Amino acid sequence: MNFPPTRLSVVARTRSPDQETRRLAFAAIIEAYWKPVYKYLRLKWQLDPDQAADLTQEFFAATLEKDVLGRFEPERARFRTYLRLCVDGFASNARKAERRLKRGGGVATVSLDFETAEGEIVQYEPAVPADVDELFYQEWVRALFQRAVEDLRAWAKDSGRDTMFAVFERYDLAESAEDRPTYAALARDLGITSTTVTNHLAAMRRQFRRVVLERLRDLTTTDEEFEAEAKRLLGSAP
Amino acid sequence: MTGWLGDAAVAHLRDVAEWPDAGERYEITRRLGRGGMGVVFAARDRVLHRDVAIKVLNEIGSQAAAEHLLSEARILGRLEHPGIVPVHDAGTSADGRVFYVMKLVRGHRIDTNVAWRTLNERLDFFLRLCDAVAFAHSHGIVHRDLKPQNVMLGPFGQVQVMDWGVAKFVGVMPERAEVVGTPGYMAPEQERDAPSVDFRADVYALGVILEAMLPDAAPKPLVAIARHARAAQVDQRYENVRALVRDVGRFRDGAPVEAYHETLLERLARVYRRHRVPITLVLVYMVVRVILLLWFRT
Repeated sequence: MNFPPTRLSVVARTRSPDQETRRLAFAAIIEAYWKPVYKYLRLKWQLDPDQAADLTQEFFAATLEKDVLGRFEPERARFRTYLRLCVDGFASNARKAERRLKRGGGVATVSLDFETAEGEIVQYEPAVPADVDELFYQEWVRALFQRAVEDLRAWAKDSGRDTMFAVFERYDLAESAEDRPTYAALARDLGITSTTVTNHLAAMRRQFRRVVLERLRDLTTTDEEFEAEAKRLLGSAP
Repeated sequence: MTGWLGDAAVAHLRDVAEWPDAGERYEITRRLGRGGMGVVFAARDRVLHRDVAIKVLNEIGSQAAAEHLLSEARILGRLEHPGIVPVHDAGTSADGRVFYVMKLVRGHRIDTNVAWRTLNERLDFFLRLCDAVAFAHSHGIVHRDLKPQNVMLGPFGQVQVMDWGVAKFVGVMPERAEVVGTPGYMAPEQERDAPSVDFRADVYALGVILEAMLPDAAPKPLVAIARHARAAQVDQRYENVRALVRDVGRFRDGAPVEAYHETLLERLARVYRRHRVPITLVLVYMVVRVILLLWFRT
């Protein structure tokens, strides 16, 4: 028996009759995908920073204007794959037409910080990853996690769990294993016990997993796609 | 806004986000390994203040997979033997994943660089391994995936047989037609006729393990024992682990082994090695007698 879904994904919400719902849904898609799209254009299509920034803006503008998302068929591909193929088609057409790439477009509903994205690309230079398709996935994961961490920060602040977030930030968000403090050092710095550090970390990781899965459910269109994405991302299917 | 999450931070977050919430009692500390069905984590038991291992199902919501993992836990729960990892607890994590808790085994897998000192040390270990497997067989359970990666050597020479995920009750458990085991250690019948597999599949794997454990210039009877155990035809192998153990025991006692037909010279050499002292004494006595006889005649 197939019960109707109780919650619509962001893709489904882009087809809502309510304009504000559509706007917010589209903003959520841009938020999740603009960096992967920009870096993909830079690295796979070898566009310079200005061209890639222009084409990213144009791509999302065209996606909205031409109802590209309305043509998505969940049974044929994952949404992420569909979007990446759309980027390929869009970049290919742009190159063929040799049309001048205009900056902006004025339709993006969130500000896109291309300078930061460009700075992040530096880590790939001079060697571009061999598998740029995998790069698109990695950047999508990174964007998803960054948003999840922001959700977590807001949740911790609202619920008076600033110390818990501080433990999570300093330990789990450390840039490398060498930068990760010991539990004892962390406990000393924050004025808590090592046991509290482990408890805070366990609690924050649980919450992080929950937030990531919530966002993932929002970004996927079917239960099957959600389960497959969760399994690939976190090693287990929810 | 969160700053740049580097690759290492993203990888670390993916790793820790996978860790299950096994309740207040168990605190996950690190991931030990990943198998086809589940992931094994090291954890701290906060009640008993001891380190444990927790095997957690990969999937949530799959009744069949949950039953499979619990079946493995129940099998281990029945096998109380020093060579078989004991199960302490089982449950479901807060996110719905079935898990069971077992002893955290310390030591090395025998496929790593184990520095065996003597042949006897190797055989001692192998016989303890056989003992654990024979114990399971006596409870009607066949492991079906014995291989060096699933055998641990403890710091005091203890044996621990791991990963009973594909073990089954011979002739009792309904058998799916799926092929289970690891190429290289899997008896031919496991691939050919999976439902017919019995204890002799484990005898085959033990034969392969023994052969791999032997030093380069191993005695011929031992090599023959290993090859007899891993005979391709089921009815040409030892009929059970006990028979294999008996033959290894005969070798250690200097007796003729079932698996090897020795030449007259080899037999004499073996008899001499086995009864070195009395034979030497008799020979010395006879030589002295001959010398004395010749002395008095002259």
